[in-house]
Amino acid sequence: MAPRLKLFLPLLIFVVMSIFLFRGLSLDPQALPSALIDQPLPEFSLPVLGQERLIQRQDIVGEAALLNVWATWCVSCRVEHPYLVQIGARGIPIYGINYKDEDAAAQRWLTDLGDPYRANIVDREGTLGLDLGVYGAPETYLVDANGVIRYRHVGVVDERVWQTILQPLYQQLIVEGVPEGVDG
Amino acid sequence: MMTRALYLMLLLLVPATALAVIETYEFSDPELELRYRQLSLELRCPKCQNQNIADSNAPISQDLRKLLYQQLEAGADDEEILDYMVARYGEFVRYRPRYDGVTAVLWLAPVFLLLAGIVLARLTLRSRRKNALQPSGLSMADEEELRSLLDKTEKKS
Repeated sequence: MAPRLKLFLPLLIFVVMSIFLFRGLSLDPQALPSALIDQPLPEFSLPVLGQERLIQRQDIVGEAALLNVWATWCVSCRVEHPYLVQIGARGIPIYGINYKDEDAAAQRWLTDLGDPYRANIVDREGTLGLDLGVYGAPETYLVDANGVIRYRHVGVVDERVWQTILQPLYQQLIVEGVPEGVDG
Repeated sequence: MMTRALYLMLLLLVPATALAVIETYEFSDPELELRYRQLSLELRCPKCQNQNIADSNAPISQDLRKLLYQQLEAGADDEEILDYMVARYGEFVRYRPRYDGVTAVLWLAPVFLLLAGIVLARLTLRSRRKNALQPSGLSMADEEELRSLLDKTEKKS
């Protein structure tokens, strides 16, 4: 290498590092790729919040829906909740997974803050959460009509997340419709 | 009397944290307990990402430890347990992920960097040796002047 060009080496290294570091600014280090993307929703049989019946996987499979993992001890869930009420009111099917919570507290939460959920699955021991690879609430899964998990969002679902990520995917699933036969 | 006091003082050095076991499981076989320890060191907490599950008291780590205990007692082998965890949390959950397309960078980077370092070191050493052998390119008079200037500055200091 010509000696003059060698002088630019530090600049070059700086530029390359800057590109990597700049990219790092917009990455969320906490976000993990879900191992369950494009995998079927795990089987479960758990109580429904506030009811004397059990809910199974086949009860919620059949149309594209959101599965929202929440709990009353989770501060971000409180931030997220009003927005879920909004999109729930627009007719988006949302199922709640009440993760490691107390039933009474969860029911109070829903009466006080509104209930956007079709039904709430009571996951008191976190077993369904474990099968889903949940590592913290809130998490929101997008499940298609065949019961296959298509997307996971970790963290609060707000206007921006819904508009830019979840809604386009959801619309796409609606367009795809219900393919022949229901798996599982 | 003196030794007794010394013993008591030594006891103060025992760190309290070492005794703060998060929870203990009773194993039916000491060998299981050993495997439990090894696996809990090797599994990574998905929430607090730079800790293993033995180290972390996040609720998710407690769950994973409980699960690990149950599976060990149920007679699962290490491979089965790791597969189970990976199926739910991805390769991320292992501190020693399996070698595949994505983790290849992780496994090969140290070897690659070591080789690059060796090559770089050899090149640098070689060019340095070459420079040392080369004449400086100064004339006899210039050399003389340089030496006298150097002497002067040395005397000053």
